[in-house]
Amino acid sequence: MADEQKPEGSQAPPPAGGEAAKPAPPKPAAAPAPPKPPAVMAAVPWDSDLAREIKERFGDRVSETSTYLGQNFIVAKPDAPVSLLEYLKLEADFDYLVDITAVDWPKRPERFDVVYVVYSFARNERVRIKTYIPEGFKLETAVGVHLTANWLEREVFDMFGIEFEGHPDLRRILMPEEWQGYPLRKDYGILQQDDRWVQENLGIESGQ
Amino acid sequence: MPDATFLDSTELVLNMGPQHPSTHGVLRVILKLDGEKVLGTDCVIGYLHRGVEKIAENRTYTQFNPYVDRMDYVAAVSNGLGYCLAVEKLLNVEAPPRAQAVRVILTELNRIASHLIWLGTHALDIGAITPVFYCLREREEALKILEKYCGARLTTHAFRIGGLQYETYDGFEREVRDFCKMFVPKVDEYEELLTNNRIWKARLVGVGILSAEECKEYGVTGPVLRAAGVKWDLRKAQPYSGYEKYDFEIPTRANGDTYDRYIVRMQEMRQAVRIMEQAVEAIPEGPIMGKVGKVIKPAVGEAYVSIEAPKGELGYYVVSDGSTQPYRCRVRPPSFVNLQALDRMIRGGLVADVVAVIGTLDIVLGEIDR
Repeated sequence: MADEQKPEGSQAPPPAGGEAAKPAPPKPAAAPAPPKPPAVMAAVPWDSDLAREIKERFGDRVSETSTYLGQNFIVAKPDAPVSLLEYLKLEADFDYLVDITAVDWPKRPERFDVVYVVYSFARNERVRIKTYIPEGFKLETAVGVHLTANWLEREVFDMFGIEFEGHPDLRRILMPEEWQGYPLRKDYGILQQDDRWVQENLGIESGQ
Repeated sequence: MPDATFLDSTELVLNMGPQHPSTHGVLRVILKLDGEKVLGTDCVIGYLHRGVEKIAENRTYTQFNPYVDRMDYVAAVSNGLGYCLAVEKLLNVEAPPRAQAVRVILTELNRIASHLIWLGTHALDIGAITPVFYCLREREEALKILEKYCGARLTTHAFRIGGLQYETYDGFEREVRDFCKMFVPKVDEYEELLTNNRIWKARLVGVGILSAEECKEYGVTGPVLRAAGVKWDLRKAQPYSGYEKYDFEIPTRANGDTYDRYIVRMQEMRQAVRIMEQAVEAIPEGPIMGKVGKVIKPAVGEAYVSIEAPKGELGYYVVSDGSTQPYRCRVRPPSFVNLQALDRMIRGGLVADVVAVIGTLDIVLGEIDR
């Protein structure tokens, strides 16, 4: 029995390995994905009057208007997001800035995605604006267009160290003000902390 | 000499919190006062920051599911629903109809529980002691159903990616029906205590006004937006989990003051009962789990999915790099964005109104700080 089971057991792995090898080819495809995520996404061009108008008005400052999983997004050059937000707000009724966030891709030359989500009450539509920026690049602030950008940009600064030019009050918001490091960057470990801050302020060796 | 400097100074900086019963958690508000008048505020948040978004990047999709309950801990079911819907969107699957109906019932039940906590503590802040006992009494009944369903009262982890883990227990429908029948007269009871109460009105009417324009400018959503007259609810605007099947109203008011927000939330509780009554009558038969693999591994891509949580728009922006762990999981918490409007709402008001305005925003610090 044991002998019979063994060959079975040894037979089992190859198909399993074969099966594992099948998802493996997409994996190498997924591994170089971080540099260019939109290339891997099965995104289709966003076909609408608004997309065409944006393309026309912004020319090569907008590199892509696409739809993925039924969600529309625009990829813009780093100097474009705020003028895009302004255009969308004033001329297309996208009057509600839902969110600003970022994604860190350390291996890519343009290290960060900064993502703006806007919504239009009149159209009941949502659009994401994405832009790729290298480390140290200062984006223009969106506070002049949407007041809600104030805290949202502060959080992006706090978590990623992305600075916004012209922001009225760019301070850390969730972390203590003297904290060193930007926790949501990929090179910031999950157990990492600012030891000096913890020792000075909490009087203990470690916060963990 | 000290007297002279005291009389000269017109501005006083007062620290409210972080340990203050009326800030509903560890929120610190720095108030700049001229006598009793508030000249400006500055919120200091982050005391409850646990790095939920960082944790997400170090857990699998399934492992992260219970963590989301710890954000808005008085409405954990809504958090779970939003997260599950976001990952389901990435996987391009939908929960089966039976799971959707049960999800709606539990989410609405949790909305009632969340609004009851708001009502009780808000009234307590204003100085009305009785409502909190009434509210917690009824909330207990709602939590009993949640506990019987999934074993937990607060951090429920009620839903799974793709559907539900547990079938409804025997007598689930009956207990939900009983709750609905019992609850509506209780809302009347709260309203009898408060709605026309002279002290209540004197403390709330015209306090902390936020107009519709200002709401949009600040990205404020939920009951605060609806009290300002904007008829907008994600359950109607972009229905999810089968909300389009149910007949319910979006309560709105016109003035956008604290009293209107109170009325809107009271009516929302009645509407939640209405939705539950319809859903429980028509729970479809069938499986409770969609076609989701044991290992959850969405294709490379990203999705932003949002739901109408009791506090407003709760959004999840999930980025997948094709592995079993989210590459990035951003939570767009309604309380965080709504709290930003506090300064606008209270500027020029009285210091006694600060607690009324914090209460009416219905913030949960676990969600703000994440």
